[in-house]
Amino acid sequence: MENEFKLISGALVTLAVSASALVVLPYFQLQSVQPPQKLKDYSPEEARGRQQYISEGCVYCHSQQPRDASQAPDAKRGWGRAPVPGDYYYDKPHLLGTMRTGPDLFNIGARQPSIDWQLGHLYQPRAYTPNSIMPGFPYLFELKAQAAAGDKVVTLPPAFAPAKGVIVAKPEAIALAKYLLSLDHTYPIPDAAQAK
Amino acid sequence: MDTVTILLSSFILSVTGLLVFIWSLRRKLFERNAKGARAIFAAGEIGHIEDPGATRAGAQALQRVVAHGGADHTQPDQGALHARLEADRTSAQPAFIFLCCAVVWLVLASFAGLTSSLKLHNPDWLTNTPWLTFGRIRTLHLNVVAYGWAPMASFGIAIWMLPRLLKTKLAGGRYAMLGAVLWNAALIAGLVCIGNGINDGMEWLEIPWQLGLLIVAGGAMIGLPLILTLHRRTEKHLYVSIWYMGAALFWFPILFVVAKFPGLHFGVEQATMNWWFGHNVLGLFYTPMALATTYYFLPKVLGRPIQSYNLSLLGFWALAFFYGQVGGHHLIGGPVPEWMVTLSIVQSVMMIVPVLAFTTNQLLTLRGVLAAIPHSPTLRFIALGGLMYTLSSIQGSFEALRSINTITHFTHFTVAHAHLGLYGFVTMVMFGAIYFVMPRIMAWEWPYPRLIEWHFWLVVVGFAIYFVGLTIGGILQGLAMVDATRPFMDSVTVTLPYLEARSVGGTLMTAGHLVFAFHFAAMALRYGPKRTGSVILGNPFAA
Repeated sequence: MENEFKLISGALVTLAVSASALVVLPYFQLQSVQPPQKLKDYSPEEARGRQQYISEGCVYCHSQQPRDASQAPDAKRGWGRAPVPGDYYYDKPHLLGTMRTGPDLFNIGARQPSIDWQLGHLYQPRAYTPNSIMPGFPYLFELKAQAAAGDKVVTLPPAFAPAKGVIVAKPEAIALAKYLLSLDHTYPIPDAAQAK
Repeated sequence: MDTVTILLSSFILSVTGLLVFIWSLRRKLFERNAKGARAIFAAGEIGHIEDPGATRAGAQALQRVVAHGGADHTQPDQGALHARLEADRTSAQPAFIFLCCAVVWLVLASFAGLTSSLKLHNPDWLTNTPWLTFGRIRTLHLNVVAYGWAPMASFGIAIWMLPRLLKTKLAGGRYAMLGAVLWNAALIAGLVCIGNGINDGMEWLEIPWQLGLLIVAGGAMIGLPLILTLHRRTEKHLYVSIWYMGAALFWFPILFVVAKFPGLHFGVEQATMNWWFGHNVLGLFYTPMALATTYYFLPKVLGRPIQSYNLSLLGFWALAFFYGQVGGHHLIGGPVPEWMVTLSIVQSVMMIVPVLAFTTNQLLTLRGVLAAIPHSPTLRFIALGGLMYTLSSIQGSFEALRSINTITHFTHFTVAHAHLGLYGFVTMVMFGAIYFVMPRIMAWEWPYPRLIEWHFWLVVVGFAIYFVGLTIGGILQGLAMVDATRPFMDSVTVTLPYLEARSVGGTLMTAGHLVFAFHFAAMALRYGPKRTGSVILGNPFAA
């Protein structure tokens, strides 16, 4: 090959083909997707919690995309039905994830609906799941001698509770827990919504 | 018509088009000794090794293996060799700056990676510091490798190869250096953001887009010397390395701008874009840069042109065409359009074509001279890296198949695979190239040849433990996950011994990198015994 223009234009054409297939066509195909009726937008607090989820890098160990029953037993683990594009209508950025060092969280709000469980688990995962390898996030909590009015005290199993004082959740931890609780996509979807 | 028919016919149409295109560029595809392959040699230079990274004894042994014991009476054109020395001088300073940055990033990336690895089996270790939480330090590791070590090393080597490949002086080196400043400043700011929990939330694209703009601007400036130097080239044939480098330097900014464009992407579409980018930054940036490097240094060290050179043309265009469309295989089983996933799986399998082309080139070029490998630090790393490219690509093609992906998706198997590509291949090749280039830049021999051996064995043994351990752990994890009768926690506990093995491997790799970084620093400061003579200049037998 002796012509740099052939080289560069050829290279740009192949990239254009690739971008059309993986970006432009999906863009137009998915543009008209509407949210399922029962799907709610995130509240401001849940949105802040979602931002916290992004900050802490939860996505690197948790997916939010259960696989179809024909492929894997994800539904049997309580992770829920296979999602449709509309389920992600309010998700910017998307948080589908590609690792399951921990379980899928697409329906964690339905599976563990208690905010006390969520907060305690964020503070020390091994208090609730022995052998878990998830890190705790103690910096989202405070150790106080006494809870003040309006403080959210974290209830912990005695073995994990502080010897003195109480563990109080910071607003970041509460927002994150609220976001996790909002992850509930158990509503039914019509068959036509399945992406093909 | 149904989707399958449309897909199939468009696939056949485009593959035919691709073949016709390649055919039109060069018809003698299977010619054994193509003229173009000789473009990197001076007249009369074939049969003469060039290995500035070897010791004097090593270079002599290398020359004997390559000449098969026979004496070679041809003399290379002295004028051309002199011109090349002059050309090397013009690229020395910019290449040196890039390589220094690369080594610093390599060491930082190693510690970030090792910390992440240790944290996975010591979850209560260092949990009080936000930037050290797994989700952040792991991301710092990825970004330091992806935007620090790998591109800095690639740019440094590419800029150094440019004047040699085009047989002229480097033009626009200042722009490249300015670009390096911009790029690194943006990267540092981006890492500070990630450490503080500010990021754009997508894998491979965490650096905030405002800083991404600076990286693109820096990248464009780093690409300028390519265009300026092409303009004044005296070599008519564009050698295969130039194709890969040239295309990659155009591909990367486009990928990054499309991916980072604020407010454009949404929901599931963003996920398809995310993996279009994520896989292309590997396939259309690091891979071509490392292939360009292999295609230059492998034949250059051996003094032997690439065999079946015209096959590399097929390899290049097939890579350019197929690789760009494989990203959807990261979303198999996800809520994305099924035709897109199918397309990506098909193209992933088609990647076998360019990989075989490269593998044939490499094996034929090494045939009969395998005994040369231990004598040359550069060959050692590059031959091994080339082999890892073949392995990781073939592995990747199979991993994209639905049946295998169902097990390996979402597991550490994928992490092992990613490291086989970016470490086993790209990083190894860059190590090899740096051992060649630095003596020429500094006009100084590597002060402690022993350390090169230490570096090599530490990273090879370390990476073997890393890869084998994590691969087995990932398969066991995947099998536990698809078995509905086993609780999810089984898929966690079963990986623990393998996660520990990964930390052992990672420790050895980090130790290897420290040895390398120390040696590099000693070289950069011209430390150690003064040997600046004939070996560096290419003739191991001269006085």
